[in-house]
Amino acid sequence: MVVLRPQTGLEIDGFQLGAELHRGGFSTVWQVSHPDHTVALVMKIPRVSQGLASASIVGFEVEQMILPRLSGPHVPRLIAQGDFDPMAYLVTERIAGSSLRERMSRAPLPLPEVLDLAQRLAQALHDLHRQSVIHLDLKPENLMQRPSGEVVFIDFGLSRHDTLPDLLAEEYALPLGTFPYIAPEQLLRQRHDLRSDLFAFGVMLYQMLTGVLPFGQPTGFEQARARLWQDPVPPRALRSDIPEWLQEITLRALEVDPEARYQSAAQMLFDLANPHQLRLTARGLKLARDPWHHVARRWWRRRRLQGFAAPVAVAPQSQSAPHLVVALDLSPAHEALSEALLLEVKRLLRHAPQARVSCLSVMSPKAAPRALAQLLALRAWGLRLGLREDRLHFVILQHDDPAEALLGFCAQTSCDHILIGAGLSGFGKVAARVAGQAGCSVSLIRRPQGA
Amino acid sequence: MRLALLSDIHANKEAFEAVLTDLEQHDIDQLVFLGDVVGYGPDPEWCVDTLELLVKEGALALRGNHDRSTPAPDSLNPAARKIIDWTVNRLNARQRLFLADLPYQLVLGDLLCVHASPDQPQQWCPVSDAAAAAASFAASAARVILCGHVHRPALYSLDLASKINTHGFTPRTAIPLLASRRWLAVIGSVGQPRDGSGCAGYAILDQAQNSLSYRQVAYDSLTTADKVRAAQLPEAFARRLILGV
Repeated sequence: MVVLRPQTGLEIDGFQLGAELHRGGFSTVWQVSHPDHTVALVMKIPRVSQGLASASIVGFEVEQMILPRLSGPHVPRLIAQGDFDPMAYLVTERIAGSSLRERMSRAPLPLPEVLDLAQRLAQALHDLHRQSVIHLDLKPENLMQRPSGEVVFIDFGLSRHDTLPDLLAEEYALPLGTFPYIAPEQLLRQRHDLRSDLFAFGVMLYQMLTGVLPFGQPTGFEQARARLWQDPVPPRALRSDIPEWLQEITLRALEVDPEARYQSAAQMLFDLANPHQLRLTARGLKLARDPWHHVARRWWRRRRLQGFAAPVAVAPQSQSAPHLVVALDLSPAHEALSEALLLEVKRLLRHAPQARVSCLSVMSPKAAPRALAQLLALRAWGLRLGLREDRLHFVILQHDDPAEALLGFCAQTSCDHILIGAGLSGFGKVAARVAGQAGCSVSLIRRPQGA
Repeated sequence: MRLALLSDIHANKEAFEAVLTDLEQHDIDQLVFLGDVVGYGPDPEWCVDTLELLVKEGALALRGNHDRSTPAPDSLNPAARKIIDWTVNRLNARQRLFLADLPYQLVLGDLLCVHASPDQPQQWCPVSDAAAAAASFAASAARVILCGHVHRPALYSLDLASKINTHGFTPRTAIPLLASRRWLAVIGSVGQPRDGSGCAGYAILDQAQNSLSYRQVAYDSLTTADKVRAAQLPEAFARRLILGV
């Protein structure tokens, strides 16, 4: 096998190498040009100097497998790829700007900046999970932001696609990842849980807020494992202007047991976008680490832990905690319909016990004085679902065009399923428009005959 | 070029028909049969005739251990001998001649098609674990080896460090056959699947995309099982069709 060494000026398959942009442990990144392509391009080339058995090779094969399967604004567009004979490469569009690493070096960041970035990251992550891919190596170096704002993942060398062979599963005895960001279950060599990405997200959120890493910079596996029992210093103890709800979100993402964490990036996005709906727990309020005997008890329980309960497949897992929106008109004339909606939501909840429900009413801005009464009516309706309140949200939208308002809300919260009463006076056309244009599933609920 | 790979039809007319119907939706350029068109199942004549017709139209077919034109040797176990002899007696002279003429393996560019392990193809060694896959890679220089015989789909790769990897073979997923590795796929069985689904299994290799997908097609296994019983073949052959084991 011929092995070509990359250098400026080298031409391969019509691509001409320009300047070297980045030199990492596993690969180098070059600016390239091609007569058929006008957009700026980069070429990523694995470093084969350590020999063909090295992790850089398999990581590169993983990227070759996964990148062609991905689409959308949160991944670089793949242009071409080449085999190891004579030189392996991946050519993608060049994302303008630099990685989030530089931005992170300025942390702690102003709160509005943190919130904006976190929401964009949650959106990107949910999009990735929906495409059946877990990233498994989220860290600032692996993220970029487009000039238009979208967060882009730029390295899939440790990633896992749900239905493709996991080339890394049997290659290495040691856990794969980056110690400051790696999730506890990854340390136990579990590579199939999208919630691992939410943990790494939590580490980055903590870092953006405080400027420090929640578990420091472990130099080895044993040190990194301490996160299985030692909780991080609460962010609010390091920076007093962090709101309690934001600490709640951060620490929930950093829960050791994946079951106690957020279950999907969409859930996290919802809380980041609707903090006033969040129900605070002790997590959000604490100002010191857990007392030593709690830590000791966790150490005793988890010191020989082999793994956490296995999740289902990634794409369904990203949908296992669906966000249901119920559009309601609670005026007395539609009581029977509201009852029918309640029954239907209860039915859905039996099959998706992790779901969260937003009860939503649209009212004209002119009717603003009635908003509080409407909110209380919504709450009375919603409480009958018997959900814990942190999974139940009440929203009044003030808008003259109910369909517009509903569609906007669904898009903004990436909701999975909206339920609307059919045949409401003046609401009928709304239902039809929502059904035609919503990006999510839509159920039209009719009241029972004769009711 | 898109290749459909069918193996181990085993005289199961219903499964064979269901797969041929499924193929119509997949824009296939070349059919390749990896052997064992007869054996176990109740419809050897129909299956051989159909295969012969397809071969006349351009399909490629290989020989499997059940595709015999003469009675089974005494070295086989009695149950296997019984079914082979039953099958041979059902076939006419032309059908036997067709089976006797089938080749043991086939090279198509960088692909090698063979019924069992390419390591001594006439010995019919099953590729049922990583060690057998290693022997297969050693016996052939082909980049991609495609075989049947085991009745359960499996996928192995030989990476640049010469290590054998055993992969899952998720149905309906186009798995990229990375050029940096060599691959061996056991493509399951049309007529006596043992992947637990009870569905007929086959594979599609897309050479432009360089990907391989395993497909499962539901068929009327109850009818086939009834025919097995009516022909007074062993009950176990009927049961395993329904259970897919």
